[in-house]
Amino acid sequence: MVSKEDVKYIAELCKLKFSEEELEEFTAEFCRIIGFVELLKEVDTEGVEATYHVSPKIQPLREDKVEPSLSREKVLQNAPEEQYGYFKLPRIMD
Amino acid sequence: MRYKTMIGLEIHVELMTKTKIFCGCPNDFGGDVNTHCCPVCLGLPGALPVLNKSAVEYAIKAGLAFNSQIATRTRMDRKNYFYPDLVKGYQISQDEIPLCSGGYVEIEKEDGPKKIRLMRIHIEEDTGKSIHTEEADTLLDYNRGGVPLIEIVTYPDMNTPEEARLFLEKLRATLKYIEVSDCKMEEGSLRCDININVIDTQTNTRTNITELKNLNSFKAAVKAMEYEEKRHIALLEAGKNTEGETRRWDEVKNETIVMREKGGVADYRYAPDFDIAPIVIEEEWIDEIRNSLPELPHDKKERFIREYGLPEYDAGVLTQSKELADFYEETNKYAKDPKQVSNWIMGDVLRRLKDEELEIEDLKFGPKDLAHLLELINSGKISNNIGKKVLREMFETGGKPEKIVKERGLIQISDEGELESIVKKVLSENQQSIIDYKNGKDRALGYLIGQVMKATKGKANPQLVNKMVREMIEE
Repeated sequence: MVSKEDVKYIAELCKLKFSEEELEEFTAEFCRIIGFVELLKEVDTEGVEATYHVSPKIQPLREDKVEPSLSREKVLQNAPEEQYGYFKLPRIMD
Repeated sequence: MRYKTMIGLEIHVELMTKTKIFCGCPNDFGGDVNTHCCPVCLGLPGALPVLNKSAVEYAIKAGLAFNSQIATRTRMDRKNYFYPDLVKGYQISQDEIPLCSGGYVEIEKEDGPKKIRLMRIHIEEDTGKSIHTEEADTLLDYNRGGVPLIEIVTYPDMNTPEEARLFLEKLRATLKYIEVSDCKMEEGSLRCDININVIDTQTNTRTNITELKNLNSFKAAVKAMEYEEKRHIALLEAGKNTEGETRRWDEVKNETIVMREKGGVADYRYAPDFDIAPIVIEEEWIDEIRNSLPELPHDKKERFIREYGLPEYDAGVLTQSKELADFYEETNKYAKDPKQVSNWIMGDVLRRLKDEELEIEDLKFGPKDLAHLLELINSGKISNNIGKKVLREMFETGGKPEKIVKERGLIQISDEGELESIVKKVLSENQQSIIDYKNGKDRALGYLIGQVMKATKGKANPQLVNKMVREMIEE
């Protein structure tokens, strides 16, 4: 089942931080969810083709035609800060 | 060979569609910062991506050109990671079911052809571009975000940096042939990551794989691989191993430098992207695309051998790029001797281009001009050597050969009367050489001819001078 370490790891991947209390809570919740999914394992899927997508639709393909883009003003409307037309962020290096 | 190097490549190629992969924003390089963006490629809530038909078509074209299997049902997946150049917190890519699987690229080695197998080719969106300023800020331009990419992944079938280079050259030439990408490394439309390690075949120990990134030219890629090959072998010889890490090539220091340690494989938590329904590719469409493929490098090479009677080597060189092959064929339309055209292009033209790091497209003169130059030589109006001189000027000024010859007064002197006085003068000034020649020193003849050529600034017809000098000495 899911351990507290697993929850911590998933939180890290999502760049989230939780208190000890929250970690306990999520661990219990994750266990319940996984437990529920475990139930599905009881179904006999012998000879059933794997579902690779749940949508019954087929993706329509778009013609390669240029549509108007937003003005730069609009593009930057939600930017926390801007400079020379760029979104400006504190330095981030990989 | 005790040590065996294994090289696998991951190549990202931007497709030259008119619009981005999931929205109608223009896909072109160098637009004003943040002006090719819309709610879809900015990842604004509620925006719905719709797959570009041309992006799928171009990727299928590439798959067919590399002999891959094309999936008739596929899907897009989300690759989750956080980096500010990725607006949504996930990249729309393909995981389990790539559009194209398998296939190969055949490279021409000196000891024969070799097949480099492909694992897959999938489609995905490009990320935005970040610039790190000196003031410790990161600036982001999302014009590139959502540009269609194909990622081509090979098996580690290359055993030398040279094989990897040949593979990259062939891959680039083919992608340019089928016109799905301009493959300009300097503009980032072709980017290559390298996985490399070495096996000691005696002890069967192998080094951990090093990933090489940020290679901005094939030359840099080769240097980085050569450097790594040596580093891995040295560690093996010392009974040590490499750290499984990512390195980059430092152009100034001429060495690879650690970018990040591997510390656990990245966990991207791939999941199907439910904004995009299953993609169904009709067999008929695949056939249609197959039929629309232009002649590929290999077929063109075979045709050049057949049609122009060229040696295999010439045909191979001339079909390296579509532009070069087109230039050759176009020149031939106006010229008479296909092998002569090949000699001039492979010799003086390519050498000069290589020296100046230019492509055939950068030439200031056209195929017709080159054909006219050869015609001037073949008709005896100018000598071969003067022809080379004229070609040099054509490189620099793009001038027409006839005009250069006329303006510079380079027309070959083939008139005996005109040459007679010059030959006489040279002979009278070089009595000793005449004696030497008569005493059996053949070199003296060459010297005398050289003096006549010099006196005419290279314009005299060399065959004629040769004949006249001999005759006059005999008299």
